[in-house]
Amino acid sequence: MLGTFVVWALFAAWSGSRGFLTIAGTANYLQIAAQLGIIGSVAALLIISGEFDLSMGSMIGATGMILALSIAHFNQPVWVGLLAAFGFALAVGFINGYLVVRTGLPSFIITLAGFFGLRGLALAMARLLTGTTVVGSLDSHIAGDPVAMLFTASVDGFAVVIVWWALVAAICHIVLMRSQFGNWIFGCGGSATAARNLGVPVERVKIILFMSTAAVACLLACIQVLGVGSADANRGVQKEFEAIITAVIGGTLLSGGYGTVIGTIFGALTLAITQQGLFFAAVDAEWYRVSLAVILLSAVLLNQYVRLRAARTRL
Amino acid sequence: MRMTRRLAAANLLALLIVSCQAAAPAAPPTAAPAAPAAAAPAAGGSNVGGCTVTKDVRIAVVTHGQPTSNFWAVVQNGVKQAQKDLCITVEYSSPETFDMVRMGELIDAAVAKKPDGLVVSLPDASALGPHVKKAVDAGIPVVSMNSGSDVFQKFGILTHVGSDEAVAGMAGGRRLGAMGVKNAICVNDEVGNAALDTRCEGFTKGLAESGAKMKVLAAPTGDPVGVQNAVAASLQSDPTIDGVVTMGPDGAVPTLKAIKAADRLKTVKMATFDLGPDTLQAVQGGEMQFAIDQQQFLQGYMPVLLLMLYKQYLLMPGGGQPILSGPNFVTKDTAATVLSLSKNGIR
Repeated sequence: MLGTFVVWALFAAWSGSRGFLTIAGTANYLQIAAQLGIIGSVAALLIISGEFDLSMGSMIGATGMILALSIAHFNQPVWVGLLAAFGFALAVGFINGYLVVRTGLPSFIITLAGFFGLRGLALAMARLLTGTTVVGSLDSHIAGDPVAMLFTASVDGFAVVIVWWALVAAICHIVLMRSQFGNWIFGCGGSATAARNLGVPVERVKIILFMSTAAVACLLACIQVLGVGSADANRGVQKEFEAIITAVIGGTLLSGGYGTVIGTIFGALTLAITQQGLFFAAVDAEWYRVSLAVILLSAVLLNQYVRLRAARTRL
Repeated sequence: MRMTRRLAAANLLALLIVSCQAAAPAAPPTAAPAAPAAAAPAAGGSNVGGCTVTKDVRIAVVTHGQPTSNFWAVVQNGVKQAQKDLCITVEYSSPETFDMVRMGELIDAAVAKKPDGLVVSLPDASALGPHVKKAVDAGIPVVSMNSGSDVFQKFGILTHVGSDEAVAGMAGGRRLGAMGVKNAICVNDEVGNAALDTRCEGFTKGLAESGAKMKVLAAPTGDPVGVQNAVAASLQSDPTIDGVVTMGPDGAVPTLKAIKAADRLKTVKMATFDLGPDTLQAVQGGEMQFAIDQQQFLQGYMPVLLLMLYKQYLLMPGGGQPILSGPNFVTKDTAATVLSLSKNGIR
C-alpha cells in the first residue's frame, strides 16, 4: 500500500509538470489500473482458493472475437454478441473447473489447454469467416446502441471501465470477507482436505471461481472490443500473467490460502501508475522496461520491509 | 510447349488482374468450376480452386509470420493466389510463435521433401542461414522474401522480394516533414523488433532533412488500450507534438483515438505503416494523412511466380539486388479503392 503512494509521489515529482497530475493524467492511469484490477480481483480469489487460470488472456482474445464477429460479420445487435461471448466464457470456465476438480490435475496444466486452444480458436474463427485476423469497423455498427454504451461511455475522460472495476472489486471484497462463500475460498486454499471434512463444497467453489475468471476476462474483452472498435486474435496476450502479477503485488500468496481484494486494488494501481508514469516522464524507449522493473521491484521491496517491521513491533 | 505457352498466358493475365476467374479459362478443359467471383482467396485448406494442377511443380514457402498476424494473412493470400493462378502445388508453413529454431526445422522439413523451389523469409540470418545453405547445396532454387534483403546473396539465394524499412521510413519522414511537422513521435509497439526500430530511425532521418525532430515512444505490444493511454500521456506531457507515426493498424487505431480524445486532430498530422480497414477509413476521412504500404501481397505472390518462371525458363530478375515490393503511399485519393482490396485481404 505504501509502495503505491511512494510510486505515485515519485511520478508526481518527476513528471507532475508534464501532465501526470492533471485530471486527464489521472484518468489515464486509472483506466489502465481498472483493466488490471478487473481481471486481477477475480484472479486473486482463484489464487487464494489454490488454483490458477492461465486461459484468461486467450479468453480475452476468443470472447472478443466472438463479440466482434457476431456484430460485424453476422450483423447481430450488441446484446446478442454479449450473450454469445459470456455464454461461451461461462461454458469454458465450467469445463476448466470441472476438469480440475474431477481429474485432480494442477489447474496450471488444465488451463494451459485454454491458453493455447482459445488463442487458436480466435484465430481460426476470424480467418475462416473473414479471411483476416482483425475484425474491425465496429464503430459504425454500435453507434447509438444503448447496450454498447455500458462498455464505452466516459465522463470527462474517465472511462466507464473504472466503474466496472469498482463494481467487480466491491463484489469480490464483499464475497471474500463477508460471506460464507468467502470463508470457503480461504478454506479451499488453506487445506482442501480439511475444508472438505468441515463440509465445504470444494468442487462447487472452484468451478464457480473458474467460471468467474472466464467471465471477467470476457468482460474486459467486451470493454476493449467495443471501446477500440475492433477485435484481434492477438488481444489479451500476457493478460493471464498480468492478472496474477496484480494479485501477487497486492500481497496474495501464490501458494493460496491468503490474500485480499483491497491489496489487489493497490497492486493494480502500483502497476498502472508505474507503466503510465514512465510515459509522462518521457523515458527513452530503450530504457522503458528497465525503469519499469526497477520501480516495481523497489515498490514491492518497500512493502515487504514495512510488513516485516510491522510484524516485529507487534511481537 | 503448348502447355507452357498456356501457363505463360495465365501468368500474364494473373499479373494484370489477380482474379481466379481470369486465370480459369486458360486452364485445361477438365478444370473444376471456378470459385465464386469474390476476390478473396479462400482461407485455409490447400484446395487449388478453379483449376486442376497442370504441372507437377511443388514450391515450399516457409515464413516467420505468425498465423495470428493480419499482415501475414495477406502474404499468405498472395501465396495462395499464385498457387491458384499458376495451377501448381504450394506448401506454406510457419512457426506458431517467433521461434527461429522451430523455423529452421520447418525449412529442413521442406528441403527434405525436395521441392522445385523454396521461398523463405530471413528475419535472423545467423539462425536460419545454415538451413537455407542446405537447401541451396541440395540444388533447390531459393528466393527470400520480406526480411533478409541485406544478407540473401551470402547464402546463394537467387533474389529477394521485400521492402526496405529504411527506404520506406525515410520516404515517409520526408513526406511528413513536407507537411510542416516539426516535433513528432514514433509510436513503436514492439521496441526491440529490428524492422520497427529501423522504420523509426528512417523516419527520424527523413524528418531531419526538414529540420524536424522525432522521439520514439515504447508502447505496449498487443494492448490497444495501453497504446491509447501511452499516446495520450505523451501528447499531454508535450503540447508541441504535431506529428505521429505508428507501426501498423494495431497501433494506429488506438493512437488515432488518443489524438481525437485530446482534441488535437487539427494540429497533429498522422501517418502509419501497413494497412487495415480502420486506418484506411481514417485516411479516406482525412483524419490520417497517409498510410505506407509495403504491398506484402507481392511478397507472397512474386517469389512463387519467380520460382515457377525459373523452373520453366531459368529466368531470374534482380541481378543480385533485392526487388522492392514497396513502399506505396495510400492517400485520401486512393484510400477508397485500397479499402475494398484490404477488406478482401489483398492490400
